[in-house]
Amino acid sequence: MNLPCYQPDPAATTRFLFFTGKGGVGKTSLSCATALKLAEAGKRVLLVSTDPASNLDEVLETKLTNAPTPIAGAPGLEALNINPVAAAAAYRERLIGPMRGLLPEAALRSMEEQLSGSCTVEIAAFDEFAGLIGDPEAAKAYDHVIFDTAPTGHTLRLMSLAKAWDQFLDKNTSGTSCLGPLAGLEKQRVIYEATVNTLADAAATTLVLVSRPQLSALREAERTSKELRALGVANQCLVINGVFATPCPTDPVSQAMQKRGETALSTAQAFIESMPAFIVPLRSINILGIGGVRALLTENVATEPSVTFDEWTAPHMQSLASLVDEIERQGHGVIMTMGKGGVGKTTVAAAIAVLLAKRGHHVHLSTTDPAAHIAQTLAGQVEGLTTSKIDPAAETAAYTAEVMANQGTQMDDAGRALLEEDLRSPCTEEIAVFRAFAREVGQGTTRFVVLDTAPTGHTLLLLDASEAYHRELERQARSTQPEEVLHLLEHLRDPAFTHLLLVTLPEATPVHEAAALQEDLRRAHIEPYAWVINQSLLHSGSCDPLLQRREHAEHRYIQEVVEKQATRTAWLPWQAEEPVGPEALMHLAATSPSVELV
Amino acid sequence: MKTIQVFDPPMCCSTGICGPNIDPDLVNFAAMLSQLANMGVKIERQNLGQQPMAFAKHPVVKELLQKEGTGALPLIFLDDAIYQKGRYLNHDERPVFFRAALGQEEHAS
Repeated sequence: MNLPCYQPDPAATTRFLFFTGKGGVGKTSLSCATALKLAEAGKRVLLVSTDPASNLDEVLETKLTNAPTPIAGAPGLEALNINPVAAAAAYRERLIGPMRGLLPEAALRSMEEQLSGSCTVEIAAFDEFAGLIGDPEAAKAYDHVIFDTAPTGHTLRLMSLAKAWDQFLDKNTSGTSCLGPLAGLEKQRVIYEATVNTLADAAATTLVLVSRPQLSALREAERTSKELRALGVANQCLVINGVFATPCPTDPVSQAMQKRGETALSTAQAFIESMPAFIVPLRSINILGIGGVRALLTENVATEPSVTFDEWTAPHMQSLASLVDEIERQGHGVIMTMGKGGVGKTTVAAAIAVLLAKRGHHVHLSTTDPAAHIAQTLAGQVEGLTTSKIDPAAETAAYTAEVMANQGTQMDDAGRALLEEDLRSPCTEEIAVFRAFAREVGQGTTRFVVLDTAPTGHTLLLLDASEAYHRELERQARSTQPEEVLHLLEHLRDPAFTHLLLVTLPEATPVHEAAALQEDLRRAHIEPYAWVINQSLLHSGSCDPLLQRREHAEHRYIQEVVEKQATRTAWLPWQAEEPVGPEALMHLAATSPSVELV
Repeated sequence: MKTIQVFDPPMCCSTGICGPNIDPDLVNFAAMLSQLANMGVKIERQNLGQQPMAFAKHPVVKELLQKEGTGALPLIFLDDAIYQKGRYLNHDERPVFFRAALGQEEHAS
């Protein structure tokens, strides 16, 4: 397959661009590079991150807020983050601020608690998102608005909400909704409708599916493509980032890496050829700062001079299997893998689950990521190991049925009809997913539960919801919620019950995102147990100049994790074959960081 | 025709399904209100999370909030007189309220 290199054409670019894809494929790098290219061609560009764990600040080396901030060194380019928790805080303040002094303190506190729920958080962020697209006044100062979106699951939800709320408002007859009193929602309705129309307008909106030359990332891009097409987003193209070709014909590591990429591309050929597709070659540097962003689309790999590197001794790290030895002693409990998208949370979770099951424990492996595919990684049956996933649509249907069956029986027909109508609110999904999460964690009282979580942003919102619910429940004497919901936060905070693993690659952005997540967890009184550095090229022995550079670049991040961030660090090597199946996962987990692999 | 004023605790849906608990009395009460509205009764429903100004502007509500806190909610008024305080009407109370709202006073037999 001979695909052209990705180069945005300022003359042929639509007003709205969405960069989406699996975590870690380079959405932020590519959206920044595209925005920069357009700005340098004289366009006025607004770059917007919808990821609750946005990396725009780090890549642009600029402190961003939820208002446009000019980027130094890039005239014409401004950027902002839509942070759901900050958006909800601003929304709360708009409602509560004017009431200070007018209402007693207790009433204000109770308003604040109600407005801290997951509904408000989701809606506040969605409102800012829809406003930028559907409100003609909001972004009129810009020629282009470029969205750097959160990993797939979260983004599909965000983009489908415009339609969901538009339809709900159309049908709902009762007086109130999570969006506010229905009578006051005419303005929102117009904006949501315009949002739905703009997303479907090929002359206004382009969806850029970003992938890596990896089968899992390409498959996820394909599913996203289909789901968004079903929502009407038809103008799509594909950018395959990090395509690698080695100049060393005898080096086994770089040959394996190149072959793995080529195999993935030819396996997904039908999908790739279904739309305009482009490539971006693998770079040896972390894409940081305006200079790095510019280099992503211009750097010429072949002309890079070769350099020699200093000797370096890696700090102490352990194998994943030895980490499991310590966790195993408890006999039951929850193990969660967290981190940026694309760092290998599913692989690490599956490897731990297989190890525990092979040692004779009852293990349940599950995921909170709507886009995750545990079954593909596990690829086979292991005795004592069960799997499931939290599927938002299925959980919502089950929750609705449960409410109607329980509370519904205590109501008259009119009450049941009203309840059914309100349960169709898009907010119900938030509650249903949260309850399912609590249910999976609750299972850890009798066996091992290994939970692969969604990428950071989504997980942060789940934790935020846990805290908000916990506070609300504490105020109420009687609760219709199941036991496991009441004990959720307590379980997550108990270091003997929950072992939390932060997974990262030895690169700048995933390490810093995990470090920020660690801070957030600590604020919620949850202490991570260990860090796992995944896909490391350390000891790979490659003589490919680009891979050597990348290996050398790992050193400072490995050091940063071991010395500054983690109390324990496990290390996993880069694999020539994607680690799939119980045998490969066990082999991966057993690899010791102190042994040379060549 | 009579007027019903309801001052709800903070919540985002008329049935409270978005909160951690679902109160069947609230759902049934909400359904009854829409029935009464269809029969011509004037209904003014405010909730603290979304229309806090209505609470601040109503002297009786404001005073009760100051004295008793949010435990005084919900507050249900029928023609400016407090009919119910601190909880929604239960199964037995709703028919009585329904008739009162329509002006069909209970007569001692």
